[in-house]
Amino acid sequence: MSTIHRDEHAPIFAAFNALLLRDLRVYFRYRGTWLNPLVFVLMVITLFTLGIGPDPSALSNHAAGIIWVVALLGIMLSLDALFRADYDDGSLEQLLLSPQPLYLSVLAKILAHWFITGLPIVLASPLYSLMLGIPFSAVPALAVGLLFGSGILSFIGAIGAALTVSLRSGGLLIALLTLPLYVPAIIFGSQFVESAIEGWPLMPTFSMLLGLLIGAMVLSPLAIIGGLRLSQDV
Amino acid sequence: MSIESSNINVQPHDDPTRSGLTLDSICCERGDRLLIQDLSLHIADGQGVRIEGPNGSGKTTLLRVIAGLSQQYDGQVRWNGEDIRQNASSLATECLYIGHLAGVKALLTPLENLSWWLSLHIPSAKPISQEVQLQALQSVGLDRFADTPCHQLSAGQQRRIALARLYLSEHRLWVLDEPFTAIDAAGVVLLEQRIAEHLAQGGMAIVTTHQAMNIAGFTSHSLSVMSANGAIS
Repeated sequence: MSTIHRDEHAPIFAAFNALLLRDLRVYFRYRGTWLNPLVFVLMVITLFTLGIGPDPSALSNHAAGIIWVVALLGIMLSLDALFRADYDDGSLEQLLLSPQPLYLSVLAKILAHWFITGLPIVLASPLYSLMLGIPFSAVPALAVGLLFGSGILSFIGAIGAALTVSLRSGGLLIALLTLPLYVPAIIFGSQFVESAIEGWPLMPTFSMLLGLLIGAMVLSPLAIIGGLRLSQDV
Repeated sequence: MSIESSNINVQPHDDPTRSGLTLDSICCERGDRLLIQDLSLHIADGQGVRIEGPNGSGKTTLLRVIAGLSQQYDGQVRWNGEDIRQNASSLATECLYIGHLAGVKALLTPLENLSWWLSLHIPSAKPISQEVQLQALQSVGLDRFADTPCHQLSAGQQRRIALARLYLSEHRLWVLDEPFTAIDAAGVVLLEQRIAEHLAQGGMAIVTTHQAMNIAGFTSHSLSVMSANGAIS
């Protein structure tokens, strides 16, 4: 029988890569996880167009706010499942007990989740511009804004997911916990889209979004780790 | 809770720097129920402890405290003399914990499950080869199912995937919570052999089980400590 010798100089990204790959595999074998948020976003935007009416100028006036709020809800609702499956099957215990840095493991899980929820929502940007009458020239800015925004939303929402993972249904509680934290992202995100539509300078709001993304990426894993550890003491 | 074990020193306030696992006056409450009261024991290299007790007596709670999952307890858990609250990473690199939940992803195959676990728990610059992983699966009788999604396997087979980790592990301390659950008679014999091998190589094991264990390292000097501590029913 062979035993494995532990290597003290093991690459610290080994766990990161393994978890990223594992989660992507799981998500791709269960298609609902990555299709549902995108379909949700498209359906709610459709409802807005029906509710506001066919006047193109009225639609494009509200487009920035609509897209951001809907994307926020889509990502937030999908985040309920981020740690739940791991909690239920015991792989969260194994994750927490691993000698590998938990910070990177948490980043890997969020990144994998963003790939299958946030990224499709970003890639569908041209569709939103058709549905809401946004000028086509604003689509690249819309996509870039959503790219940063969906990242911010994922990191912040993951805090709520970690805090509620040991509860049977965290959905509404996640919303109550994290919606206040989304305020800056919503303000600058929709401002960014509006600047693109109106042709205003993009740089000020862009740098705010970038700052928010970096801040969320650096700080949120600390809160997430705390929440996940708490979940083991129930 | 009663603790039946072999070679177990029930001398909690010995030299704190010695190697191995030391529990010092562990107390645990859950809700308003006192589960574990003033439990002290020491396990040195090559020793195994079987923890038994009626349902609800705090066996799982104790194991989660030892593994470092549960933070809500009084007293100290020391690994090689160091409090695990101060230095969790030294225990994390040397402890293997298998709980009630197998930590197996139902949508992945046994091989994929083993592989992500290895990257987290036995990190190495050279990834562990698939042959070695298959060998471990063979040891638990799952080599034919290596590429079958786990949700198609039985509860016992899923449990065996978790137990395959024991064949790749070089962790010094094994913390096993009811490892025999859902395992057939032949599997129990194999598992006991593996635990005996681990102790013979100088490893340590803490096992909860309701089943009588047939392991040399555990039973040779079997002494039962019916402690006054324990569950209030």
